[in-house]
Amino acid sequence: MNRFADLLDRLAYEPARNNKLRLMTDYFRRTEDPERGYALAALTSALSFQHAKAGMIRALIAERADPVLFELSYDYVGDLSETVALMWPADPNHRPNAIPTLSDVVETLSTLGKAQLPAQLARWLDALDETGRWALLKLVTGGLRVGVSARLAKTAAAALGDKDPNEVEIVWPGLAPPYLDLFAWLEGRADAPANRDPAPFRPAMLAHAVDEPDLAALDPQDFVAEWKWDGTRIQAVSGIGEDGQHVARLYSRTGEDISKSFPELLDVLRIPAAIDGELLILRDGRVQSFNVLQQRLNRKAVTAKLIADFPAHIRAYDLLMLDGQDLRDRPFAERRDKLADFIERLNTPRIDLSALVLFSTWPELIAARADPAQTGAGEDAEAVEGVMLKRRDAAYVPGRPKGLWWKWKRDPMIVDAVLMYAQRGHGKRSSFYSDYTFGVWNAANELVPVGKAYFGFTDEELKQIDRFVRRNTVDRFGPVREVVHDGDTGLVLEVAFEGLQRSSRHKSGLAMRFPRINRLRWDKPPREADRLDTLETMLQRIERGRGGQPAAANASLPKPH
Amino acid sequence: MRPEDILVPTPSGVCCKPGGFHIDPTRPVERALITHGHSDHARAGHGEVLATQETLDIMRLRYGDNFARRTQAIRYGEPLAIDGVTVSFHPAGHVLGSAQIKVEQDGLRIVASGDYKDVADPTCAPFELVPCDVFITEATFGLPVFRHSEPLHEIGKLLKSVALFPERAHLVGAYSLGKAQRVIAMLRQAGYDQTIYLHGAMEKITQYYVSRGIALGPLELVRGAKKPDLAGTITLCPPSANKDLWTRRFPDPLTCFASGWMRVRARARQGGTELPLVISDHADWNGLTKTIAATGASEIWVTHGQEDALVHWATQRGLKARPLAIVGYGDEEEHEAEAQVKTGDGEA
Repeated sequence: MNRFADLLDRLAYEPARNNKLRLMTDYFRRTEDPERGYALAALTSALSFQHAKAGMIRALIAERADPVLFELSYDYVGDLSETVALMWPADPNHRPNAIPTLSDVVETLSTLGKAQLPAQLARWLDALDETGRWALLKLVTGGLRVGVSARLAKTAAAALGDKDPNEVEIVWPGLAPPYLDLFAWLEGRADAPANRDPAPFRPAMLAHAVDEPDLAALDPQDFVAEWKWDGTRIQAVSGIGEDGQHVARLYSRTGEDISKSFPELLDVLRIPAAIDGELLILRDGRVQSFNVLQQRLNRKAVTAKLIADFPAHIRAYDLLMLDGQDLRDRPFAERRDKLADFIERLNTPRIDLSALVLFSTWPELIAARADPAQTGAGEDAEAVEGVMLKRRDAAYVPGRPKGLWWKWKRDPMIVDAVLMYAQRGHGKRSSFYSDYTFGVWNAANELVPVGKAYFGFTDEELKQIDRFVRRNTVDRFGPVREVVHDGDTGLVLEVAFEGLQRSSRHKSGLAMRFPRINRLRWDKPPREADRLDTLETMLQRIERGRGGQPAAANASLPKPH
Repeated sequence: MRPEDILVPTPSGVCCKPGGFHIDPTRPVERALITHGHSDHARAGHGEVLATQETLDIMRLRYGDNFARRTQAIRYGEPLAIDGVTVSFHPAGHVLGSAQIKVEQDGLRIVASGDYKDVADPTCAPFELVPCDVFITEATFGLPVFRHSEPLHEIGKLLKSVALFPERAHLVGAYSLGKAQRVIAMLRQAGYDQTIYLHGAMEKITQYYVSRGIALGPLELVRGAKKPDLAGTITLCPPSANKDLWTRRFPDPLTCFASGWMRVRARARQGGTELPLVISDHADWNGLTKTIAATGASEIWVTHGQEDALVHWATQRGLKARPLAIVGYGDEEEHEAEAQVKTGDGEA
């Protein structure tokens, strides 16, 4: 448990993805089976046992500690589990003679009855140190929250054997903690574990970004275009298990099994196949905006009401398997024909075929992208976030192969906002003010914060902003500085973003999607920055479903770079 | 005779009326007894100063030769009569030269412990338990959540990280008097023999430690080093420097902070620390309560920190306990940063 606790401790403080990977890979390399396998299970949320509630933890500490000292401590630390981990007084009469391993803890928890849990927890707490107790309480209360996704943990495990994370993803569904066969394969001691899952994930094919000038080098005859729908990319797979049972699963783009969240889609996947598509919410046949989809994605409990209010739909892009046959080596045009037939056979309103955008010259495609509503997307135009270009002869290649698929996103929305607060970054950026909160003017001529961005600028621009922040600080709150922002003095940031939604968490009532710093407007006085009305108008257009136009048209016009 | 007849707590420190002196006064006074060199306890501008030789030397290094009108050095354990009261200085184990001050009159013994810790430190004399009737204690870490780790375990964390990230520079924030030298000495104890780099603000005090016979191994100033050469190295700097432009001279710096405060996650995160090291020069909760009990004192005065919890604990044990509202003692970090600015030993 100690080594696992030390790992969690480091991960909790380490902000950089690559460093988190190195910490985990190093742990997997140095830690023996089955300990490391249970650690991988904990990091990928693959462990299932009865979780302890806060009330139980409170009751435990009440038995051991003076209530006044506990309250003073809790007040100071602010987190119940951490307070208990730090102040837990070991019972001097019952010094356990062994420190529990993570394996001990996981194996015990999987069989332990609820009534025995408090006493067992107390014994473990007695045996562990501060960090060990903190890790134990995180584990038993559920949710490690150390900034590691399941995908990242699998990537770290893959690195142990110089494998691509997708290779781990492929075998993953057939594995169970403590993953002895996985580690044996990664360390070159055994073959890859066979994936006997009848509905396995297959690594997705991804596109490179393209822009108008790049088109000149491409021949329009070689390509087919589709709308790029603003939903969530998924893979829907079904198959027949060894026991003859029909199995259907839904995977995220990275191979996470999200079947439980969309039961209504599993029911319609009756024919053994693997579809690559976009998950959307359709109401009365109309594609809803990403904002609507997000409301369903954010919900943990899937109720009948949720399914009725947010009906899920798959718009199919590609067909990877059909009736036991792997189609990935076939050209896209052939797969697409098979996909069209397949959708017809399925004959369900929940799955349809992604329509083609017809064009024979690039200017025709440019016109279509600029106005999806008039070129086939109709009332669903708001849910179009650009066009996809696919080579007719392209095989389905996992990863991001060059030259086969291109994504050409619609232009972002843009506003000019005023820098209000800046916060120091982490790691390489720990001496730079690199996280920016910006605002626009409201009706009372006050700046209200509308978003936060920490990328989009060059290293040179970062230095310039940092210098500006240090020279123009008017107040400090811990790592945050408030900078001068009145009508005449301040820094105007051109902010680009992909969408807007209403938010009660923000004072402005709005939240931006993917905001980033597009350009620094040293030339512009803050007074001339955009107003909240402008954003409100953009949002209303989105809500009315006619907001597909880039916001530049109704906000400040983009200036030549 | 009551303890208050010997020592009176005032907002600017503890005052001994019969002896005509203050202990660690926070404003200039005629006669001051100083427990140790940290700037919240040792201030410039007093008339006469009585302290250990090391504390006087440290004050001179920081405030210049004229930091007081007259100084007098006293050895640990040496009794000195001042106008009918007897004072003696005893090792506090906090930093080099740190002392507890015992004040005695007519058989009533009061010990003002200043800042202290009861664990091993290779850079200073170990804490001495001084039996007394009234014990004046700090309470910097006076909550049961503060139980410091085994310091060599924390040093091990640092060395493991240096091995795992050999292309990065590890910057260890540490108070420039005491903590920095202790961390260096413990790195040496752990077998680390590479050159350790220093921020300019650490230079004078560290040299002073070396001149007092404390072996710290090969040291160099960061100022002269080239950026690529700092990969895989350890540098000691004042905690505030970790937020500074100064860090840009390092390759991919990894910010560490050696402090008892690192025990609490919110506190470590707030400062942007990536590798917190729970190493403290103050007694932790166990150290405070054990020491209080062992002195045999029936009355406890608590000077600064988390007074409430410690007073509650002592009261529960049947001891008479009260907080002293002395303004100006506290976290070394803030005061140390101030001292650097005043004496100009910060580095641009």
